[in-house]
Amino acid sequence: MDKTEEKLEQWCSAQGIQFKDAAAEEAYKKRTRRLADAIQLKVPDRVPIAPLVTFFAPNYVGLTPEEAMYDLDKAYAAYKQTALDFEWDTAFSHLIAFPGQWLEAFDYKQLKWPGHGVPSNRTYQFIEGEYMKADEYDAFFADPSDFLMRTYLPRISGVLAPLQMLPPLRMVLPYYLGLMFMFGVAGAMGIAGALESVVKAIDAFAKHSASTAAFGQELASLGFPAIFGGMTQAPFDTIGDSLRGTQGIMLDMYRQPDKLQKALDLILPDAIQMGLISASISPSPTVFIPLHKGPMGFMSLEQFKTFYWPTLHKLMLALIDQGLVPMPFIEADYTDRLEIISDIPKGKAIYWFERSDIFKAKEVLGDRVCIKGNVPSALLCTGTPDEVKAYCKKLIDVVGKGGGLIVDGDIGIADEAKPENVRAMTDFVKEYGVYR
Amino acid sequence: MANDLANTLADLKEKEALEMVRKRLDAGEDPLGILDDARRGMEIVGKRFENSEYFIPDLVYSGEILKDITEMVKPKMTKDIEVKRLGKVVMGTVAGDIHDIGKDIVVFMLDVNGFEVYDLGVDVPAQEFVDKLRETGSTVVGLSGFLTLAFDSMKTTVDAIKAAGLRDKVKVMIGGGQIDEAVQRHTGADAYGVNAMAGVSLAKEWLGGAQ
Amino acid sequence: MTEKSPQQLYDERLKRVNDAIQLKVPDRVPFFPATHLYAAKHVGMTFEEAFYDSQKWSEANKRMILDVDPDLFFSPGFAVFSSGQAFEAVDFKQIKWPGHGVSPDHTHQFVEGEYMMADEYDALLDDPSDYAVRTYMPRIYGTLQPFTMLPPLKAMLFGYAGVGMTALLAMPDIARALESLQKAGLEAAKWSGAMAALDAEMAALGYPSFAGAAVVVPFDLVSDMLRGMRGTMLDMYRQPDKLLATLERVLPMLIGMAVSGSTMSGNPRVFIALHRGADGFMSLKQFETFYWPGMKALILALIDAGLTPCPFFEGCYDQRLEYLNELPKGKILGMFDSTDVFRAKGIIGDTMCICGNMPMSLLQTGTPDEVKDYARKLIDVVGKGGGFIMGCRGVMDECDPKLVKVWADFTREYGG
Repeated sequence: MDKTEEKLEQWCSAQGIQFKDAAAEEAYKKRTRRLADAIQLKVPDRVPIAPLVTFFAPNYVGLTPEEAMYDLDKAYAAYKQTALDFEWDTAFSHLIAFPGQWLEAFDYKQLKWPGHGVPSNRTYQFIEGEYMKADEYDAFFADPSDFLMRTYLPRISGVLAPLQMLPPLRMVLPYYLGLMFMFGVAGAMGIAGALESVVKAIDAFAKHSASTAAFGQELASLGFPAIFGGMTQAPFDTIGDSLRGTQGIMLDMYRQPDKLQKALDLILPDAIQMGLISASISPSPTVFIPLHKGPMGFMSLEQFKTFYWPTLHKLMLALIDQGLVPMPFIEADYTDRLEIISDIPKGKAIYWFERSDIFKAKEVLGDRVCIKGNVPSALLCTGTPDEVKAYCKKLIDVVGKGGGLIVDGDIGIADEAKPENVRAMTDFVKEYGVYR
Repeated sequence: MANDLANTLADLKEKEALEMVRKRLDAGEDPLGILDDARRGMEIVGKRFENSEYFIPDLVYSGEILKDITEMVKPKMTKDIEVKRLGKVVMGTVAGDIHDIGKDIVVFMLDVNGFEVYDLGVDVPAQEFVDKLRETGSTVVGLSGFLTLAFDSMKTTVDAIKAAGLRDKVKVMIGGGQIDEAVQRHTGADAYGVNAMAGVSLAKEWLGGAQ
Repeated sequence: MTEKSPQQLYDERLKRVNDAIQLKVPDRVPFFPATHLYAAKHVGMTFEEAFYDSQKWSEANKRMILDVDPDLFFSPGFAVFSSGQAFEAVDFKQIKWPGHGVSPDHTHQFVEGEYMMADEYDALLDDPSDYAVRTYMPRIYGTLQPFTMLPPLKAMLFGYAGVGMTALLAMPDIARALESLQKAGLEAAKWSGAMAALDAEMAALGYPSFAGAAVVVPFDLVSDMLRGMRGTMLDMYRQPDKLLATLERVLPMLIGMAVSGSTMSGNPRVFIALHRGADGFMSLKQFETFYWPGMKALILALIDAGLTPCPFFEGCYDQRLEYLNELPKGKILGMFDSTDVFRAKGIIGDTMCICGNMPMSLLQTGTPDEVKDYARKLIDVVGKGGGFIMGCRGVMDECDPKLVKVWADFTREYGG
């Protein structure tokens, strides 16, 4: 048994879960087996349906996104009801990134969220920006964590602005027993006060993490495994999203390719660590990797081969090495780069496609990876149940042939999806997706 | 063949020396022979240190390589080694002082020159020196100290040896950063050494070729 | 004849010292006793009190300076660089101090150890601040042990999950650790404030302070504070490239520290204690490869910045004197320990001012005549043609006040 098999078997064994009753235990084990088979390119009993849900669940029960982000108990109740009503092969407990209270207390600059820059009934949105300037690569290389602590964090959080006043923490190293002076300065400059408010702010987040974990356990006890385990990013997206911004990193590909490459290589070990650590504290062996900046139109095939793919590839291989199942969420269209990304060990990853030609994907890499997706949001939001079913049929016939398909919406279940369409999708997959 | 290990070790070629030992152990050779060659290598190191070809880092490094060799050989040992020793020396850094590198060098040199050394470590109370002298019957004691506080501490130690009635049976040598004739006088020691070789010479003088 | 004002005396003393540094003949031989904890002995207080009571410690130094009447004084803030309270607040592991690991009547001692492991060079080079926070600080400050629980700080870059990592700062253990740093910082600020006040007070009374900043050379930083003596010696053989890369890396940090320290204090003299490159501690080849380049670069950088390097050559440098002649002339105050200064005068006397080298043994256990004889010889030989400051071999802790007075008086009388 290789490491992937081991981890999947562990998952299927449901060790340590206190089930509500025998039926829940049976359901859990059936669902994990179904998913494990699909991942390993075996033929499961039927095509699994394991969607991502963000604000669909709150909307479904009549809760606004703002309410969901500020009242976690209400949000959990919405997710629970959704899970019990639709009975998918997974239930999503990960939900919203952070509670609204934390975002406020942290004075987080990289997001607009319901009631804070976007309407109460809309989802949150990321604010593009150059959080690292074009001429700051060298400072980043010389001491990445110093850049992070004293330049980056103050830019993304109003509360952490005082960190700028600290001397570089690497100065402990040469300070020859005289470290104290440094912190004397810091003490005098009121860092203490700033740290206090951060500590208070973060209390909310700690509570959030704890209750998310507890909710996940509750869902498991009801028979629902989590398809989402750990999480990490492609190094290009880390540099592009968090630091340079889309425009910035695009220009870097032309103006400072060597520095960009150096930054990508520098951040790769941390990307791996991030995946490993987050997976280790989750009950599922998958690692979610939302891919942002590498699709057709965002960069040429050459640029994809040079800048985007190599570190992403290494990241996924490192996760597979530990028996984890990378699950890149491949946003937008990757149709012309399917061959490149097909270079992955067989039966050890899930590729979740949004707008790529998923049928072509089956041809090119269906014998190597399990494919997830891709019922279009447009259909789920504005189509009819029949149209949804027709799409699902094609999916199952073509992409589900011989196994290797997990059904989901193209981006998960769109926030504004019509419940009857989601119902149609769910029932159809459960009936038509049985392997005879 | 046998010479190679001694010289390889003396030349501080770590990887090669360990590889040699591995090969010889695999060939079923008697571990005592290997240790013997290693010891001869250390003697060469000691000589080079005396001639100022080698310095403290070379002693430290050769010591590390020897330690690794000993670790490799130990599991294959069937009996203990018996080595002829020229005599016994008690060594330590005096009470209140925790510096050890000078003492370690002297211990090293005494050892490779065939003495049996009892290293009491650092910050050693006067009574502990006395006890060890009694216990081992050693007639030579070396006191090491780096800081100026050692001056009085060494005096206290010599006084304790006197009080124990051992002063006329035991020779005391002192050494360390600020030690000189004035301090020797102050402490009542028999001699002081400016370097490790002096320590060895004094030990040889006082213990002669006594077996 | 009118009494000289403190300002005049200050200027006189400074000129005396600077003349010697510039290799001129001053009006008389300058006197710089490197008093360390000696001031405590001088007034009859314990060394432990010196570490805990800034007021008492300052007073002791003031009295001692007025009694001994030197041309430069060794700042009490150099002898005791922070307070026992500050050390306790962070459970500082790298020294034992009076009442905490060593006798209340003995000086502090550095706890030699491997604070950085042999396989950690890459971690330090790749991300020094991360290494400092999560690995090094927890080892040297007991209260910061919880920092080892933090994930790599760069994890905070990874999107939403990453920013969520900042939540770890809220862990009670981490919060407590941060508090201890804060407490230590405030204690340290108090202490350095008091020490600076003493320096200012003595300046107003006419006495210049020896130096305004202290720094070490790159090799000593690694050997003293990071890898330990054994570790660094082994690294010279086993991982020379990583050692060299690290030496290069820390050099700008050290220069920066010295410059900012001098700027803050307004004192251009920078104390550089040299520990591990002396005769016997490494071959000349190793000296040329690992020790000298960093030392030379640091000294040149300080001179470039208009500062006066004051290297203390601990141990013996008889075999290394020729290197020193590569340094700019008349810009350095060199302090010597067991080097044969009488011979050295002929070799480096035209390059740097020689300060030294009364043996500690004489000042502690000698006779007045022995002290005078040695001082006379120093003044006659090393003081010939100027470029000499009367000093001692190490730093003064247990010296006999009577002998110190003999030494001081003789230097003043005979050195005219």
